[in-house]
Amino acid sequence: MHSRARITALSAAAACLALALTACGSGGSDNAGVEGETGTEDVTLSVGTFNEFGYEELFKEYEELNPNVTIEHKKAATSNEARDNLTTRLAAGSGLSDIEGIEVDWLPELLEYPDQFADLSDPAVEGRWLDWKTAAATTEDGQLIGYGTDAGPQGVCYRADLFEKAGLPSDREAVADMLDGSWQDYFDAGKKFVAASGGTAWFDSAGATYQGMINQVENAYEDDDGTVIATENPEVKDIYEQVLQASVTDGLSAHLTQWEDDWVASFQSDAFATKLCPGWMLGVIEGNAEGVEGWDIADVFPGGGGNWGGSYLTVPTQGANQAEAKKLAEWLTAPEQQIKAFESKGTFPSQVDALKSDALLGQTNAFFNDAPTGEILANRATAVEVTPFKGPKYFAVNDAMQQALTRVDVDKTDDPASSWEKFVTAVGAL
Amino acid sequence: MAVTDRVQSPPPNTNQRASRDKSVKRLAFSQKVSKWDVKLSPYLYISPFFVLFAITGLFPLAYTAWVSLHSWNLIGGQGKFTGLENYEFVLAQPFFWNAVGNTFSIFLLSSVPQVVVAIAIAAVLDANLRAKTFWRMGVLVPFVVAPVAVGLIFNNLFADQAGLFNELLTGIGLDPVRWHSDSLASHAAIATMVNFRWTGYNALIFLAAMQAIPRDVYEAATIDGAGRLRQFFSVTVPMLRPTIIFVVITATIGGLQIFDEARVFDQAGLGGADRQWQTLTMYIWELGWGQRNFGRASAVAWLLFLIIVIIAMANFLITRRIATQGGRR
Repeated sequence: MHSRARITALSAAAACLALALTACGSGGSDNAGVEGETGTEDVTLSVGTFNEFGYEELFKEYEELNPNVTIEHKKAATSNEARDNLTTRLAAGSGLSDIEGIEVDWLPELLEYPDQFADLSDPAVEGRWLDWKTAAATTEDGQLIGYGTDAGPQGVCYRADLFEKAGLPSDREAVADMLDGSWQDYFDAGKKFVAASGGTAWFDSAGATYQGMINQVENAYEDDDGTVIATENPEVKDIYEQVLQASVTDGLSAHLTQWEDDWVASFQSDAFATKLCPGWMLGVIEGNAEGVEGWDIADVFPGGGGNWGGSYLTVPTQGANQAEAKKLAEWLTAPEQQIKAFESKGTFPSQVDALKSDALLGQTNAFFNDAPTGEILANRATAVEVTPFKGPKYFAVNDAMQQALTRVDVDKTDDPASSWEKFVTAVGAL
Repeated sequence: MAVTDRVQSPPPNTNQRASRDKSVKRLAFSQKVSKWDVKLSPYLYISPFFVLFAITGLFPLAYTAWVSLHSWNLIGGQGKFTGLENYEFVLAQPFFWNAVGNTFSIFLLSSVPQVVVAIAIAAVLDANLRAKTFWRMGVLVPFVVAPVAVGLIFNNLFADQAGLFNELLTGIGLDPVRWHSDSLASHAAIATMVNFRWTGYNALIFLAAMQAIPRDVYEAATIDGAGRLRQFFSVTVPMLRPTIIFVVITATIGGLQIFDEARVFDQAGLGGADRQWQTLTMYIWELGWGQRNFGRASAVAWLLFLIIVIIAMANFLITRRIATQGGRR
């Protein structure tokens, strides 16, 4: 009797397991998608972000407002890491977070697989974002795959103390006047600075500066139909040569690669005096330069306005709690919440109402010498004239270009001409 | 009808015969079972390995070959059949041959010093030390550390401008080494990480083999007047030959597939702007996940497989030579 009871129990357990496996294997066919009921069952939502989204406090707030929701934050150090993670798990068909943060540069690739992402379009969010922000995440059929979080209007961050030492004007307005104009003006000011700075470079990296310049070109790497023109486009080659002339020949670069250990450490050692900074970079600088005094930000950007990066929140269709995930994503990207994220990490909102709000315009940043960062970046956002076209190969081509610049600027394994040849080969192999 | 009749009226004694038949049959059956047991069980006992190997080894191998003959996107999936086009493309890429060179360079820089140092450490550990277990466990500690963690720590040490190694070098008046620019320097740095992790592990394997060497051989050598060093080269090393071969083969397979340490050597993880330290496995990663071209990535994976097979065969031939030489002695 005893052993029979045990066998019955065992087979019951096996049956349960089998049931669980089938439930798992069916991929949640009973899933109501994004239209399901919310706020009833206890759910744990995972949110995947990278760098600094500024959401830590907001998660706590949301959990208090919605007691049935527990949020699990998965934070990747770099956007490349997050992209690898996203691609791998999209391919595997499981393992993604309920909400995945994505960067604007990946959109062209992801828009090719719209059925992997829930359609987030909703009358409630119409007109919430700047038009170009929503347009970039919408498929031809009108499916919205992501809610915009931040945008990357760029100003110039600089070290006022080092400017002063080198005999350059150091207050915000004067610096803005000095750097206003073309990129050549920015580089010329750099030559003056480097001549008097005693070893401190003008900017951190050729790659980062190039990024600022290329984002002002409408069709840098691809025609509107997606044909790759990167290697024939004279504009690309001109910018490439100009930035390397400034970095290497004129010695304006600190010869660093962004995000590398050396780059992070350089903030502590007065290695460079200026840095192009989109809103989200403010938090990064503050973290890396902890304890360093003298950082400030000028309301100016060479060559007209520029936008670098900015992110979206998506809800992958492989998630089990899409309705709750959509609700959270909607809440996080509402103007009120994005302003709080901006206050916490400097990620500049892409929502129309947020740009006009007093809370944003009155925002100052103590680390940047109490600069009115809200007002400066709002000005920078309106100065953006060009929305660069980014096709399916944009990310890969830009990566190859960054490596071409690194070879000359950081590694010094190539001169500009031979590194360009390698860039042409690399693009040809895509 | 007739059939039923016959069954219904059996002769009186058949009942007994039938029961005897049954027991004979039962005996025959149990004999058969025990015969199967003898013949089949061994295969059953070893089958888990082969079943698992078929699922996790053979199937992926065959499937990769299938993928490599198609244009295949990571997310989009299978495209059209392209034959050997992916192989042709990959073999024409300078990055592929660069990766082959890097892989062998890092492999040699890591495996050779690793085996030599591991034998030396094992010899020391084999001596009569105080707190033996402590020292023996100590050499295994680096092996427990995750390779990515090792990478992070060593990255800090090997940073070009702010790293400890370069600070020390400039401190004593030497030029800093360009760890992330110079190809050979980057290989040396990565090999250091690999060695840090694996030397202790190999040392323990050698130590185990050393302890299996009969002590009377050493006693005889001592009586013959052989010193410590002479004993090491004339007794210990020759007796370790099979273990050395084992370690060399596992180090070869591991060395040709090196990935983690090289990948975390910088943030981008592609092996440097000029692919100074991109290994074959990293090239597979770049093709498959960076460019999302699974077809080409699979082609490289198969080429890597062939390279490993060739090296393993070379190893086998050398091993046989060494073994026969050993026999002739």
